Amino acid sequence: MYAQMIKSEATLDDPEKLAAFQARIDAGDKIEPKEWMPEGYRKTLIRQIGQHAHSEIVGQLPEGNWITRAPTLERKAILLAKVQDEAGHGLYLYCAAETLGVTRDEMTEMLLDGRMKYSSIFNYPTLTWADMGAVGWLVDGAAIMNQVPLQRTSFGPYSRAMVRICKEESFHQRQGFDIMMKMCKGTEAQKNMAQDALNRMWFPSLMMFGPSDKDSTHSVQSMSWKIKMNTNDELRQKFVDQTAPQAEYLGLKIPDETLAWNEEKGGYDFAEPDWDEFFEVLQGNGPCNVERIEARQKAWDDGAWVREGLMAHAEKRAALKEAAQ
Amino acid sequence: MSDLKKEWPLWEVFIRGQHGMSHRHVGSLHASDEEMAILNARDVYTRRNEGVSIWVVEAKHIGASSPDQKGPLYEPSNSKVYRHPTFFDIPDDVGAM
Ligand SMILES: [Fe+2]
Ligand SMILES: [Fe+2]
Repeated sequence: MYAQMIKSEATLDDPEKLAAFQARIDAGDKIEPKEWMPEGYRKTLIRQIGQHAHSEIVGQLPEGNWITRAPTLERKAILLAKVQDEAGHGLYLYCAAETLGVTRDEMTEMLLDGRMKYSSIFNYPTLTWADMGAVGWLVDGAAIMNQVPLQRTSFGPYSRAMVRICKEESFHQRQGFDIMMKMCKGTEAQKNMAQDALNRMWFPSLMMFGPSDKDSTHSVQSMSWKIKMNTNDELRQKFVDQTAPQAEYLGLKIPDETLAWNEEKGGYDFAEPDWDEFFEVLQGNGPCNVERIEARQKAWDDGAWVREGLMAHAEKRAALKEAAQ
Repeated sequence: MSDLKKEWPLWEVFIRGQHGMSHRHVGSLHASDEEMAILNARDVYTRRNEGVSIWVVEAKHIGASSPDQKGPLYEPSNSKVYRHPTFFDIPDDVGAM
């Protein structure tokens, strides 16, 4: 997902306090920033919310790539609004993480020096306009699968950020699907572009949910803390079940020969993505890892004088105001 | 690590919606000063007509009750059930009240 492979941090707290904390979570209480929480809960959340925030921000890059080349002024305005929403999502989430005692600058530095990650999906390039359709349809679609249940997560600020984000996401998915519909009703060449985008985005989208449950050892503690609400495979299955009929509607073929409805389980059978590729991308060896971090580093460096200048200006004005009083 | 003094201060954002409701806390953001905080709040928290008025307050100026005080702080209201109208049994014959 936007937060993949988040390892639950060990916790060394007093067992009695831990039990009382767990009881609160089980009772459906929301945990608020100033309340007592296990160190492991705090640290795991910083990692998870931070990674989620970074994903929203880095996720602007593959779509930003097409803003100036959108086919019509209306599509341009829509894409711009969508990408602006993602900036907002990043900001809501950074604020939620900050309530846990990490600063915005620290999180940015951890992203830039590789201590914190962002979702593997944003390390794939967006080669054609049809990719804007596929990203909205599949990537935002997968994000919604994960974010809807996270509205019920135990940490109050995270839950509230998710509520805001979910309100905005369905616009994102719909505008993507709308692009796909248009392309599929277009010329043969346009339909081929749409198919090509689906071919390239399908397995990377399935990877967003993280490794298969049988290889994912990190989930148990996070699930009992209600930081993670569903297993990776549950969400992946739901995503495929929702998406396969949509592809059919578009007249596109999902690039998986084994994809078939399974009456007995009431869901689709499908092929797992290439997990070696997934781990390679996480290690930094995907097609765009270097480019993405370079873009973030450049934005951070080029923005330094603005951050400093505006702060200096604010301090000067505050001093003048004080002197006048 | 970065120089923490350089980071823009944190502001809490409150927005009043269309229909005469009170300002409601919607989230926070960083800005160098009040003016910028309001502009940023406009972009971050009102992209879909969520409000007609914005308040920003620097987070450090907000006083807050302590979470450990939850019990003792709110206890006095627990025992005063007569503050709720349902405490009183008014016969149906009396009509709307
Ligand atoms: Fe988002
Ligand atoms: Fe989105």
